[in-house]
Amino acid sequence: MIFGYSFGDLGSILAMQGFAGLILFSVYVLMALGLAVIFGQMGVINMAHGEFMILGAYVTYLCSHLFTAYLPGLFAIYFFVAVLLAFAAAFALGLLVEWAMIRHLYRRPLDTLLATWGLSLVLQQLYRSIFGAREVGVELPDWMMGSQHLTDTIEVPINGLLVMGLTTIITIGVFLLIYRSNWGKRIRAVMQNRTMAAAVGIDTEFVDRVTFGVGCGIAGVAGSAFTMIGSTSPTAGQLYIVDTFLVVVFGGAASLLGTIASAFSISQTQSTIEFFLSGSMAKVLTLLAVVGILMLRPQGLFVLKVRR
Amino acid sequence: MTGHSDDRAPASALRRRLLQGMAALPAAALLPRAARADKPATAAVNTTGLAVTDDTVTVGILHSVTGTMAISETGSVEAEKLAIDQINAAGGVLGRQIKFIQEDGASDWPTFAEKAKKLLVNDKCASVFGCWTSASRKAVLPVFEQYNGMLYYPTFYEGLEQSKNVIYTGQEATQQILAGLDWIIKEKGAKTFYLLGSDYIWPRTSNKIARKHIVDKHGLEVVGEEYFPLGNTQFNSVINKMKLKKPDVIYAIIVGGSNVAFYKQLKAAGIDLSKQNLMTISVTEDEILGIGGENIAGAYACMKYFQSLDNPNNKLFVPAFKKMWGQNVVIGDVTQAAYLGPWLWKLTAEKAGSFDVDKIAAASPGVEFKGAPEGYVRIHENHHLWSKTRVGRARTDGQYDVIYETAGLMEPNPFPKGYQ
Repeated sequence: MIFGYSFGDLGSILAMQGFAGLILFSVYVLMALGLAVIFGQMGVINMAHGEFMILGAYVTYLCSHLFTAYLPGLFAIYFFVAVLLAFAAAFALGLLVEWAMIRHLYRRPLDTLLATWGLSLVLQQLYRSIFGAREVGVELPDWMMGSQHLTDTIEVPINGLLVMGLTTIITIGVFLLIYRSNWGKRIRAVMQNRTMAAAVGIDTEFVDRVTFGVGCGIAGVAGSAFTMIGSTSPTAGQLYIVDTFLVVVFGGAASLLGTIASAFSISQTQSTIEFFLSGSMAKVLTLLAVVGILMLRPQGLFVLKVRR
Repeated sequence: MTGHSDDRAPASALRRRLLQGMAALPAAALLPRAARADKPATAAVNTTGLAVTDDTVTVGILHSVTGTMAISETGSVEAEKLAIDQINAAGGVLGRQIKFIQEDGASDWPTFAEKAKKLLVNDKCASVFGCWTSASRKAVLPVFEQYNGMLYYPTFYEGLEQSKNVIYTGQEATQQILAGLDWIIKEKGAKTFYLLGSDYIWPRTSNKIARKHIVDKHGLEVVGEEYFPLGNTQFNSVINKMKLKKPDVIYAIIVGGSNVAFYKQLKAAGIDLSKQNLMTISVTEDEILGIGGENIAGAYACMKYFQSLDNPNNKLFVPAFKKMWGQNVVIGDVTQAAYLGPWLWKLTAEKAGSFDVDKIAAASPGVEFKGAPEGYVRIHENHHLWSKTRVGRARTDGQYDVIYETAGLMEPNPFPKGYQ
């Protein structure tokens, strides 16, 4: 007996708990990827990141209603359409915001914090006016809720698998975009040296706009995915914003690999402590560990080597 | 059982009063002011300079309509406005129509205090209906005591408070918790409990009371107790832990957005609430809108009011509420408690024959409201309400089936001995 559990139990719980940690890891990566693109690559502190996520959630909510009303036969797969639309909606809003607000602030990164915080309040109130202050329930097809029995004692939640799948796809997509495409080269060039990039003929304004849009779009996808595990309300975005920044800053702002490493370490620490101690305690200890490590390594886990 | 006839009499009384009021209104409007019958002079009903004229009396509504808490407080605002409308249609209070001034607490406790002061000092409101979280109530309490205002507070809460200037129309913790635990222990033979909560005063105090009741009074076992930060969205670890410990009852006091995450993940983890007993005191019909009925069906909730309650008062109340606020709205426990506020204040003012806050406070104990949608309530000496406690079982359509109610009214006991 260890911690009051028998060994048989312990085996299956180890499996399920490992899986719980992986789900948390995927959730963190999915939350943080959009911000890693915006904050990490562009240096814009986007406090409205959570609200872009909730936009995705509301798009999913609208989709579920549209499909129930007009295409009930396709309801079982509506979620995938919703994810695409969520990306599109958040991407479009991102372009608009960049054009109207962010582009005027590139030389004043700290001011983006205030401006985007204001934007988050505006968006929250907008959602409240349109969808009402109450939470909305996003109805999901039955096959997405429930669990997969692997053995008698080991069960794996299906929505967790879906989040993991989605996270993998998006992560690979972002990596290819940033490190393997010409577009990614332009993005990295602009971020490393704006003037030089402009001098070699890169349309820096256009790169900025689309990059910001892509970051927001990914946030929208995350929001859409989180309707499976969380709530949809005008202020639900606030639930994610702190964890999101934590993951990105801890990983080292400019490094995507860092984001993933930090999401992994934070999620595993948290879910392990949570299992042996308790929820609040896990949060406290994880934050303490992060603060401690950041004091020793202010740049975060991974640092991009750039000549300044 | 006399409960049935008890319930019936008040409803017809309410209906009669409403009808009389409606019939009297056009006639009254035609008469010159002085000729109107039985309306006491303003100087007599208002000796402390409240906002009372010959025709109107002004009250305040103080809830969050913006910010995080707007999710929860919207229903209360709607219920209070409905009650005020109905009272006005029935002839008002002491012959005066109620006017209300609404302020937004904006989910921010200092803002609540500031707005409370504005309602009392600038607007001279005769009473205020408002607040939702304990934090907001604690913030306004000194203001109400300093400027001698009257607050009607609708939320079920942790107890440990009593003020001359507050009437608590929701249940305090022992009222809400004990009967439900007794029921589930007796009916389901529950022996082991796992207590969960969001990490702040209400769930912690409530779980403390639950634990004392389970362990000290019943001699049963609590196999786990755990708290999560407000807004926590990941519950997989604790769900795994509960799968291991296999408690007979999961006792959950999780609030806000966390609620949605918790029940969705519970379902996704394969915990079937038709087999696993789960009792909550924090999920009303309002919260189920966000959670989704299919995710919580089978759970037991313990509170004093459910929208599906079958009594004549409620059969009038639910349609009236829907007529005013839309067919799709739902009515939770707190919304109903908020509806009681204006009615209790009206009945108290008529009993006291005055709007003066001191007289209202003194006249409150013993005031009974027979038209309450929950059935019948009476104000206790400690300014809380005598009320029945009920257990409901969640259905997939987001409503509860009421499966148990206490035989008599539960006595409010905000300072329970042996539970602190």
